[in-house]
Amino acid sequence: MKYLGIEPKRLRVGVFDFTSCEGCELQFANKEETLLDFLGAIDIVNFREISSDQGKDYDIAFVEGSITRSDEFARIIEIRRQAKILVALGSCACFGGVNALKNAYNLTDANREVYGTAPRETLPTRAIKEVVPVDMEIPGCPVNKDEVERIVQHLIWSIPFNFPEHPVCLECKQRFTTCVFEKGQLCLGPITRGGCTAPCPAGGTGCWGCRGEAAEPNFKEFSKIAHERGFSDLEISERMAFFGGFEGEK
Amino acid sequence: MKLNMDVDVHHLTRVEGHGNIVVRVREGKLEEARWDVVETPRYFEVMLKGKHYTSAAPLTSRICGICSMGHQLASLRATENAFGVVIPPAAEKLRLLAKHAETLQSHALHLFFLAAPDFLGAPSALPIAESHPEVVQTAVRIKGAANRMATIVAGRAVHPVSLHVGGVQRMPKELRELKDIMARTLEDLLAVVPLFETFSIPEFTRETEFVSLEGNGHYPWIGGNLVSTDGVQKKEQQYLEMTNEYLDKNNTSKWARLSRNSFAVGALARFNNNYKSLLPEAKSLAKKLGLKPVSHNPFHNNLAQLIECVHVVAEAQKLIAELEGMQNEPTMAEEIKPSKGQGVGAVEVPRGILYHHYTYDADGRIKKANCIIPTTQNNANIHYDMYDLVDQFAAQGMDSTQLELMCSMLVRAYDPCISCSVH
Ligand code: SF4
Ligand code: SF4
Ligand code: SF4
Repeated sequence: MKYLGIEPKRLRVGVFDFTSCEGCELQFANKEETLLDFLGAIDIVNFREISSDQGKDYDIAFVEGSITRSDEFARIIEIRRQAKILVALGSCACFGGVNALKNAYNLTDANREVYGTAPRETLPTRAIKEVVPVDMEIPGCPVNKDEVERIVQHLIWSIPFNFPEHPVCLECKQRFTTCVFEKGQLCLGPITRGGCTAPCPAGGTGCWGCRGEAAEPNFKEFSKIAHERGFSDLEISERMAFFGGFEGEK
Repeated sequence: MKLNMDVDVHHLTRVEGHGNIVVRVREGKLEEARWDVVETPRYFEVMLKGKHYTSAAPLTSRICGICSMGHQLASLRATENAFGVVIPPAAEKLRLLAKHAETLQSHALHLFFLAAPDFLGAPSALPIAESHPEVVQTAVRIKGAANRMATIVAGRAVHPVSLHVGGVQRMPKELRELKDIMARTLEDLLAVVPLFETFSIPEFTRETEFVSLEGNGHYPWIGGNLVSTDGVQKKEQQYLEMTNEYLDKNNTSKWARLSRNSFAVGALARFNNNYKSLLPEAKSLAKKLGLKPVSHNPFHNNLAQLIECVHVVAEAQKLIAELEGMQNEPTMAEEIKPSKGQGVGAVEVPRGILYHHYTYDADGRIKKANCIIPTTQNNANIHYDMYDLVDQFAAQGMDSTQLELMCSMLVRAYDPCISCSVH
């Protein structure tokens, strides 16, 4: 059976990085309990960070990072041309991630601040989809390796996979985590898309919204609750801007 | 024979981030040997401006996916120093344990997956999984143990979530499990030593100044004084006098210097400055491998990393035992009161000493930030090493294929974290 035009055999995979921290591609080498089986199921033909083999015959490109300099345009266009399926990997690739925070500042001033009189080339941060068409998006900062695995299984064997759209709260409850609002912290869990298994509240930190917005988020109700708990509009909007994942709002 | 040679590596593989190697030899004479970092800058210091102190650690964590723990620890320390916050003893131990998890994870990734393939003549660790399956299985288990420890202590391995200004959010419940994992990891590490003993380390030395934190009876990781093998000593707050950053036209990373035109930081620098404070298990491995301070061979950084793996696992076992007796102690400071002022945090991350420096206003918002990254400090040293290496090896008649491999291995030996160095 063909799926999205690809024979169901070992997928020829390329992993590429643009402006990023490389934490998402590092997730490819994490989750050690299944790592060797995972690597056995795919054929990595291009992954600069871990291999000197630099093949061009990949079907699927996992692309990490955002586009912030002119030379990155040519590279992403070439990858798009080669790949049958292009997957945006992580929040930087999906919506700019923390890189997009710089867009709020004047870039000439930013350059002066960091490089003095010798400015370096930089462009406003763009998500991958703002430059080339993207077939799938895996948000997260970093991505959840489980989800990467399930998407790979979906692409190889057509195992059904639905991107979660429910809020993080649901997964938080499934872990029996005490709500961090009770501990006086702000949490974007009610309006953020789940699929991460809510590691942040479990670790004692409110959700910062790294996966972007859930389906039909009730912003009004959320602000009301957050206000009642003493959080200001400024705190809420700064939190929502952190990963750039709330594109519709503010 | 007068040789002409060109090496042009555009985006070196098996390193974190983007850097190029350019070498030109004409009629046996070295004309050019360069290590250029071309990573895109992200302007973190600018993004930090105006941010609330609670955002500083989560934001700077994203400077680097491999050493996110170290960035958070340096960030928290800078903020705590600025506000005069003292964290509870249990939190100090938990943070050091988290630090050790990162060192082990990062060194294992570098040693087995990035550096080892060169010594075994493979393009990556993937074919090694077939030729040396037991080694790769052990390597994966070591890295898995490190990531499990990071997850238990700090909530997540990449961009941890439990470290906050004032301490650590919770005392882990799984210390018993961790104890067993670390005992097994020590055995795993010792089991791979014979493989490393077979690696032929290139014979190259260049006299270098090594900079690290100073250990006072303890091999240093978080905070303290700064030292160099050339005899420079500074306080943590004087880090600018230790780094002296400047710009090079071919690099988006800055360069740094101290007593000479460059210096080195990292596992070998820590080893060279603090050999005496290594735990006995690590010291005896150093003896076995024949590594003595002060080594001026940059390829020895690989061995120093392996020795540090043993040290951090042995120390983790002690920390876990101590924490078992502190289960009911607080892990967060009682009060955090933002105040106007500044603070510096210096932390030994896998690739060397990392500094964060923030100036705060009275509301706890950042007015000015500065982050100085280990690889930023190493880049000039890699560059000058490469020049000498090409000069020596070309004179010995090495051809350009071998030379390209040697230059690549030299850069990899520093385990550079390039996107981090540009940030
Ligand atoms: S999304 Fe986060 S973890 Fe992934 S590359 Fe970007 S900053 Fe790093
Ligand atoms: S901690 Fe956050 S994600 Fe969890 S239940 Fe509370 S609001 Fe929802
Ligand atoms: S809890 Fe929120 S911030 Fe944490 S991983 Fe999930 S979506 Fe991201």
